[in-house]
Amino acid sequence: MSDELLSVADRVVAMARPGEQVEAVVVRGTDTEIRVYGGEVESLSSAQAQGVGIRVVIDGRQGFAYAGSLDERVIAETLADARDNAGFATFDEFAGLAEPDGVALPQIDLYRSALDSFSAEDKVALAIEMERAVLAADRRISGIESAEYADSISESAVASSTGIRSSGRESNCYVATYALATEGDEVQTGFGFSVGREPSELNPLRAADEAAQRATRMLGAVQPTSGRLTVVLDPWVTAQFLGLIGYTLNGDAVLKGRSLFADRMGEVVASSLLTLVDDPTDTRAFTATDADGEGLAARRNVLIDNGVLKKFVHNAHSARRAGTVSTGNAVRGFKSTPDVGCLAVSLLPGTSDPASMVAGITDGVLVQEVSGLHSGVNPVSGDFSTGAEGIRIRNGELAEPVREFTIASTLQKMLQDVRAVGSDLQFLPMSAAGVTLVVDDLTISGS
Amino acid sequence: MIDASVLERVLGSALRTGGEFAEVFAEDRRSSSALLDDGRVEELTSGRDRGAGIRVVVGDTTGFAHTADLTETGLLAAAEAAAAAARGGGGGVRTVALTRSASSRGYDIELAPTDVPKARKVALLTQADEIARSVDGAIRQVSVNYGDSLRKILVANSDGLFAEDETVRTFFAVSCVASGDTGMQTGRESIGHTIGFELFDRYDIDELARRAAGRAITKLAARPAPSGQMPVVIGSGGGGVLFHEACGHGLEADLVTKGASVFAGRVGQRVASAGVTVVDDGTMAREWGNIAIDDEGNPAQRNVLIEDGILTDYMWDQLRARKQGRASSGNGRRQSYQHLPMVRMTNTYLLAGTEEPEAIIASTDKGVYVKHLGGGQVNTATGDFVFGMTEAYLIENGEVTEPLREGNLIGNGPEVLQRIDALGNDFAMGPPGTCGKDGQGVPVGDGVPTLRVSSLTIGGTAA
Repeated sequence: MSDELLSVADRVVAMARPGEQVEAVVVRGTDTEIRVYGGEVESLSSAQAQGVGIRVVIDGRQGFAYAGSLDERVIAETLADARDNAGFATFDEFAGLAEPDGVALPQIDLYRSALDSFSAEDKVALAIEMERAVLAADRRISGIESAEYADSISESAVASSTGIRSSGRESNCYVATYALATEGDEVQTGFGFSVGREPSELNPLRAADEAAQRATRMLGAVQPTSGRLTVVLDPWVTAQFLGLIGYTLNGDAVLKGRSLFADRMGEVVASSLLTLVDDPTDTRAFTATDADGEGLAARRNVLIDNGVLKKFVHNAHSARRAGTVSTGNAVRGFKSTPDVGCLAVSLLPGTSDPASMVAGITDGVLVQEVSGLHSGVNPVSGDFSTGAEGIRIRNGELAEPVREFTIASTLQKMLQDVRAVGSDLQFLPMSAAGVTLVVDDLTISGS
Repeated sequence: MIDASVLERVLGSALRTGGEFAEVFAEDRRSSSALLDDGRVEELTSGRDRGAGIRVVVGDTTGFAHTADLTETGLLAAAEAAAAAARGGGGGVRTVALTRSASSRGYDIELAPTDVPKARKVALLTQADEIARSVDGAIRQVSVNYGDSLRKILVANSDGLFAEDETVRTFFAVSCVASGDTGMQTGRESIGHTIGFELFDRYDIDELARRAAGRAITKLAARPAPSGQMPVVIGSGGGGVLFHEACGHGLEADLVTKGASVFAGRVGQRVASAGVTVVDDGTMAREWGNIAIDDEGNPAQRNVLIEDGILTDYMWDQLRARKQGRASSGNGRRQSYQHLPMVRMTNTYLLAGTEEPEAIIASTDKGVYVKHLGGGQVNTATGDFVFGMTEAYLIENGEVTEPLREGNLIGNGPEVLQRIDALGNDFAMGPPGTCGKDGQGVPVGDGVPTLRVSSLTIGGTAA
């Protein structure tokens, strides 16, 4: 139980010396990961991991240390390391831990005991059911690259000498598969998944169908000719871009001159169709949480409202430096100090259904997968160019599949060029949710 | 880390439910890092991870459990959990006798980072920050990272293998943001080797900082990269990630045996232009991907993957090799004791050719010169891959001209390998990399001479 973790954190905090701020984050997780192949279990991993991260601030200097153990002796050493490390940091007038801000933690239920009592056999059965469904979906399905079930129950507690005390527990599970479709010498792949807080919320058959459909519809793909086209982004692709846009609204990046939106507060930065929110209190989000990494209440923040830039996200340190208050956006694991970031970002869904969005396009491409976001997107300059695959759209209809091309623009321009927002909000196994999006005037580079 | 007699009892217990193979992997990792950002040393971090992962194999099924408790009680509990996960049909008692094997990487660490005062590490950060900022007034932001790690591992398995190793790595990186009329641009340089603090005797930090700043400044004047296909010249040292993505991942036996690689079934066939020899070499002294033994206890090897254009072999881990009745190639690696090993690269590189690099550029009428690549990604089943260009220029009439803004290049592995039409005589290893696969990151190195691909798709926005 988390009370036990909180008492571990309390014990660390009690060791604070006069003039010292001490914070401990204590986590424990039980994870299961099952991979199946050919109707058999390929691997079943089951483990409990735990750890503690200790932050010490002495006279405006911060030090940190962590250990993957809750052993009392190791904790004492870790505290000593953090304390020693603090002596080498540069003085920072804004250094310091979070302080209670009076915002109550949202009462949200992120833990289901049903996961705890779900047997390993039943988990294996879910994954095998999904694999079987992929293989049966289409005669052109030649196999799978992977089919897995994974779950985790994670508990965490944060306590500090500045009066923070919070703890929580959450459960998560998902099934995911990569299907292989073959025709002649050609192989194509497709991804499908389903997420939930307990296994009964998972839909392995839908995941299987999606993977099979995405793989088979790519068969016969050709390289498209270069040009400027209207692009329809699948929710999965939109979500990956939202993660990058979230970075540009990070208060720490703004303060340090790394955000392309630093001087744009209150200005129109996107199409009026776009409202971007970071809402970790929405329990449907995979990364929903009641508290941020510093133990402050997680909250719903509207970042872009009908195209107008409204808010940057902050943790306690970046907020203090910017002369504002934390938005509850400290992001961390036990191995690092709190960073600043969006916790569960999404667009408010629009009114268009995906089919009619495609029907309205004479010449375009539906992008179902992007690659190289880490190598081809620079969130500081805004330049982006990613590998892509998808289906050409001609006269409102899906036409031939296309691959081996890139889509490129700048993040700034892409936000302005959004022409329609889908109603199909989809929660994904990541910190962003997606909707179908129509974006004008992206450069396609192909043959 | 753990007594042989304890390991023998734990392995015996792991096999009690009928397992055919059992393994204990124990790890004790200490790391320290320091970060300077925005002109301030923001923090020093010390980390410790210690634990063991136990796997039991029955038929095609692997059971795995890990624990942070390295006492016999803790290990036995993990062994039981792993055995339960694998659940064989049989049972009974099997005894395991371990034979300790020597491991050596053939060189010594000169200065263990743990013996270096923290103040000296911090001084490097401020030095690099000052130099980078002094390059040009347009440099608006600098961050500097220092990191070192000492990783002790122990592997014991039911075949009697018992091996231990210690690996020291040291890393340093400088990232700059430059600001001008055209917006902001970034430049980054990093160094990393499987050595100690002597890293800083081998490299000039000032030079590194100047190069990072220079890259950001250069790009302020960059024009949008072209779109469409054209010849691409890759610079020596900066572009090894091309081979990591174009063929490295596709030659990993776990993907090959599932039919999830375009290179499946092609051993003995021509897969690349004549003259193209690709090697994965874990033994490369001091390089970032260097290992003495892999994370399954097998000695590192130099494996020729493609020789003069002909596919010679895949990379193997213990599990996949066992099924094929062959030896592991020393490519079984894992991120930590909390992860199962799988087939991974070490240092992957392309051997040098004979041409002068200047001549390769001079003989290119119109194209792109990529001096420095970022990361990349590949779909091994289709062979389509991308890689980012973080410093690139236009080639016009055989000369390197204007700088280009960032973007990805896209190609298909088997096609690109056949389109290599020039190989320089100037081989160099590139900066340290982290390769991600199935959520696990491991340190890898890469290297290339200057080379030309006759046609690649450039992912820019210009016509």
